[in-house]
Amino acid sequence: MSPTMIKTAQAGGHHDDGSTRILGFWIYILQDLFLFATFFANFAVFSASYSSAETPKEFIDLNFVLIETFILLTSSITYGFAMIGVRKNSVSATRLWLFITFILGALFISMELYEFHHLFAEGAPYLRDAQGNIIPYANGIDDGRGGGIAAYWSAFFSLVGLHGLHVTAGLVVMVCMFVHLGMHGLTARNKARLGCLSLFWHFLDIVWIGVFTAVYLLGVL
Amino acid sequence: MEHIKKISYFFGAAVLMLLLSGCDIAVLQPVGYVSKEMRNLIVVSFVLMLLIVIPVMIAVVVFAFKYRASNKNAEYLPDWGGSHKLEFWMWIIPICMVSILAVLSATYIHKLEPSKVLPESVAGNEPILQIDAVALDWKWLFIYPQYGVATVNEIYAPAGRQVLIQMTAENSVNAFWVPKLGPVLYAMPQMNDKLHLISKEDGVYKGRSANYSGAGFAGMEFDWHSVSRGDFNAWVAKARQSRNRLDRAAYLNLAQASQGNPVAYYSGVEKDLYYRVVNRCVVSGTVCNEELMKIAAAKSLWGQLCSVFDPGVVAVK
Amino acid sequence: MGDPTAAPFEALGQVPIVLYTCLAIVVIAVLVVAGILLLGWWGSLWRNWITSVDHKRLGIMYVVLAVVMLVRGFADAIMMRTHQAMALGEGSGYLPPEHYDQIFTAHGVIMIFFMATPLLFGLFNFVIPLQIGARDVAFPFLNNLSFWLTFAGAILINISLGVGNFGRVGWLAYPPLSGLSGSPDTGVDYYIWSLQLSGVATTMGAINFLVTIFKMRAPGMTLMKMPIFCWSAVVSNALILMIYPVLMAAYIFLTLDRYLGFHFFTNDGAGNPMVWINYVWVFGHPEVYVLVLPAFGILSEVVPVFSSKRLFGYSAMIWALLVILVLSFLVWVHHFFTMGAGIAVNTFFSIMTMIISVPTGVKIFNWLFTMYKGRIRFEPPMLWCMGMIFTFVGGGLTGVMLSLASADWAFHNSAFLVAHFHHTIIGGVVFSYLAGFVFWFPKAFGFKLNRTLGIASFWCWFVGFYVAFFPLYVVGLKGATRRMQHFMDPAWQIYYIVMVVGVFIIALGILSLVLQLILAIIHGCKLKGNLPVGKADPWGDGRSLEWSVSSPPPPYNFATVPQVSTTDAYWQMKVEGKPIKTSGFQPVHMPSNTAAGFWIGIFALILGFALVWHIWWLVMLCFIGAVASFICYSFFGDHDGYYIPAAKVQEHEEAFARIEAKGRKA
Repeated sequence: MSPTMIKTAQAGGHHDDGSTRILGFWIYILQDLFLFATFFANFAVFSASYSSAETPKEFIDLNFVLIETFILLTSSITYGFAMIGVRKNSVSATRLWLFITFILGALFISMELYEFHHLFAEGAPYLRDAQGNIIPYANGIDDGRGGGIAAYWSAFFSLVGLHGLHVTAGLVVMVCMFVHLGMHGLTARNKARLGCLSLFWHFLDIVWIGVFTAVYLLGVL
Repeated sequence: MEHIKKISYFFGAAVLMLLLSGCDIAVLQPVGYVSKEMRNLIVVSFVLMLLIVIPVMIAVVVFAFKYRASNKNAEYLPDWGGSHKLEFWMWIIPICMVSILAVLSATYIHKLEPSKVLPESVAGNEPILQIDAVALDWKWLFIYPQYGVATVNEIYAPAGRQVLIQMTAENSVNAFWVPKLGPVLYAMPQMNDKLHLISKEDGVYKGRSANYSGAGFAGMEFDWHSVSRGDFNAWVAKARQSRNRLDRAAYLNLAQASQGNPVAYYSGVEKDLYYRVVNRCVVSGTVCNEELMKIAAAKSLWGQLCSVFDPGVVAVK
Repeated sequence: MGDPTAAPFEALGQVPIVLYTCLAIVVIAVLVVAGILLLGWWGSLWRNWITSVDHKRLGIMYVVLAVVMLVRGFADAIMMRTHQAMALGEGSGYLPPEHYDQIFTAHGVIMIFFMATPLLFGLFNFVIPLQIGARDVAFPFLNNLSFWLTFAGAILINISLGVGNFGRVGWLAYPPLSGLSGSPDTGVDYYIWSLQLSGVATTMGAINFLVTIFKMRAPGMTLMKMPIFCWSAVVSNALILMIYPVLMAAYIFLTLDRYLGFHFFTNDGAGNPMVWINYVWVFGHPEVYVLVLPAFGILSEVVPVFSSKRLFGYSAMIWALLVILVLSFLVWVHHFFTMGAGIAVNTFFSIMTMIISVPTGVKIFNWLFTMYKGRIRFEPPMLWCMGMIFTFVGGGLTGVMLSLASADWAFHNSAFLVAHFHHTIIGGVVFSYLAGFVFWFPKAFGFKLNRTLGIASFWCWFVGFYVAFFPLYVVGLKGATRRMQHFMDPAWQIYYIVMVVGVFIIALGILSLVLQLILAIIHGCKLKGNLPVGKADPWGDGRSLEWSVSSPPPPYNFATVPQVSTTDAYWQMKVEGKPIKTSGFQPVHMPSNTAAGFWIGIFALILGFALVWHIWWLVMLCFIGAVASFICYSFFGDHDGYYIPAAKVQEHEEAFARIEAKGRKA
């Protein structure tokens, strides 16, 4: 998280730059896990709260999401190759695999956005009246029985969207890492940064497996 | 220093006097079966806790006095930092106390669970008087389904007859509380909570909402009139003469936010109105929550797994 | 309904109190800024404080913020109490509901999130690195950023005083009242965004301190030789790490409800407001322990020093902390025993709540036996501690009564409950934090706060507390509910008048505290530029490492990293009679200051404001600004730090040794 780090002039010298930062990042991931856990719990609570909106069954194309999943999982492997590049001190290999990971991540996000767009275009998440017409949402003014997005879809978009935002943040950091590598090469600080990003990226992969199972598989079954 | 002490004594005495002179402490002077049981529990737990708390408070003062730095005669053990014997006791005493209180608490929770019908030995076998309460912004609506009448901000109930109050809310979370009769219970939108009470004495008891619900919250008070059976019947007859009908349209009208509502009576309450309030389908053309959940359960696995929805509304027998 | 963001200055025109308060605040702010500029202090302020990454300076800034917010929150309390004393029966008081309801919401939010939490982090910041023998925290920039985000949150909540209004929903904002249908205007948005900012800051702080404690302890200081205050910080920060995400998630859901037409906590669209109540209390109950465990830690530091004796039952203390860490997650339902959850649920949570009172209560015995056979000196920090022990057991008593679910049904949301949690929070948390504040003040500035005023402050708080809150227990039993803008029963007036008297006695306590600080500032001005100014161990019986360095400590804290072998490291040094080292120093590596945290904080503040008022272009601008500042810092920030030359270290340590020698002779 933090781009700064001091050399802790502790005796013994076993407290190097990287390990403090990596521990900090692990702890950050722990707190992120609690954030995701709340979103998952929230999804479970509202997982049958469709109200008058459509259920996900007819609208989710499982094959499409499966491709998304494979793309994200592959990006985890390619990031692994990038880290091998780091180990070998090869800037060019690191940049190549980082670039491939970036492309895969961007593809994943694009597909997710396309899917969201598709769902809204079909009108699946909207609350409907007794005749099945979408109730217009009155620009922030809700008399308690207004339109909007049903609770199930609220939980759906917030959970999937939170993961998507994390991936997007990861992509932004990847762009920054390109510049960092270009400026300074594989310094100890850049290695620690790439190590943290690696943790983050694999973490998001694992979370996605949870999302895929809870939201998509169980939602469509 | 002396000055401050004097002032503190003065205020201590003032507070005590207020405590003792308080002639009307609702929670400690209950009139119903449930509230009397609660009072007993409060007093017993208070006394039990005092057994630990008073010695500790005394110890703080005594230790501070005895081991003050200027008292060179007192024993001084600067490196003494542990004693297994002492530590054993300082864990075991609170554990024992908590065990006793835990048994006490569990017993009373079982005994006084608000949704449970009161035992026959207490309430007899007279049929239960049912009241369906709705917390509106900012007044209470009480529906008497057995008598087909409804009131705003007033409850009449015969003393000695068991009362079942089902409660829900239209907008914000509120809580039903008659301190002299029994527990606080939440009246929540989309939910139905059940509370069984009995009043043993005639009288007028203050009741109010005990959960903040917005601008008019302070005024959400009502009177619980505990009366003889004859007076109760007379009151029902009076309510029945009201020209106001409580159908769905009238309800929606009443549900508009308002403050300082006077007591009002309704006759001819629409059947299922309370059910519709709980299930959010008073407005015509809306589907009831229970129906929606059944559809959800049929549509998906998640729906089947998570469809525990049960409004639990008790209809009149 | 019109546009919720229309008429931002309505409150100023309608309520004269608000207008005058805002004018006063603006005038004071202008005077302060003008004073700083005219005296030419800006450059120094910027270099030494605003951009500082020194944990000691950040700690002091946190405490200053907390004291200012204490005054704000206490002003709210005075208004509520005086109003309630007038608003009975025929009387209507002077605050209309829409204003009164904002005040109690702001009071709760400010006291918990912007008074107690910053004070806590101020103490963490100042004390922890010194206690574990470290030269700074693990992530100094992050530390600076945390402060500025907290600051941004505090400013945002105070802007609501003049521009628009604050939430009228209570400090945990139960929906649907806090949703769009219940609160269509901007009040709840201020609430959400200011707490979201401070929540992010608090979480970052927790990560920082956990890593600091796990990674940067002096050699030889194993976890079981660490001071209890650091242990309490570990548990408290671990709790923050686990509960703040839940609160943040809940606020995100509420935000989506309010801004984008989602339905989580609404009555329509299959939303369910009761879910919120679970989220906020899964956060809210451990939050109580986040605040109170470090308070226990402070007592465990102060009581041994003023009893001149080892802490009783060190390892039992740690186990008790860890038990509380686990159990605090299993008690949240006791905040709504009245929801009708049924026998099984209520029994479980009732018993868990009682069990958690055991490790909490055991600590009281630890302190008692620490005092036992000691040599107790009645300095202000010790008075606060004894006041805390005496008061906190009383709060524990009513707490256990509340944990009996069937008894809680008579207390829930009544004034009795309000009296109880003020009993534990003022008696337990505030007294302890003030003990810590007075205790470590001479370490931060080299001289003690005025003793007489300190004793006066304690007695005013102590007596004032009992006068202000015992009548509240009584009216609670009489059937008074909390958050009441008006009472029907005029017979209760006498109680409320007594409470007002109590509140003003507490006000005298706060006044004494402020006077102490003013005297300290005057004294400090005289000493300007002559550091170090004080002895290492002003209280005489310091036991942990922070008392081994000069007061105030040098920027690098420890000239040579200490070697630790026992729990009371500094006590051990004194026993062994180790002389202060005055030669053979190495240059010390230090992190460089940065303005990035400040700018991110400013962007976050404007971002929050723009979100409240739906100014979308500004939202985009500030969001990009904040992210860009962060990225720019990663590219262009000075990450290499600098070295303090050995000669300078030597100069400081020699001066320190001279002062110590002089002190020993005298």
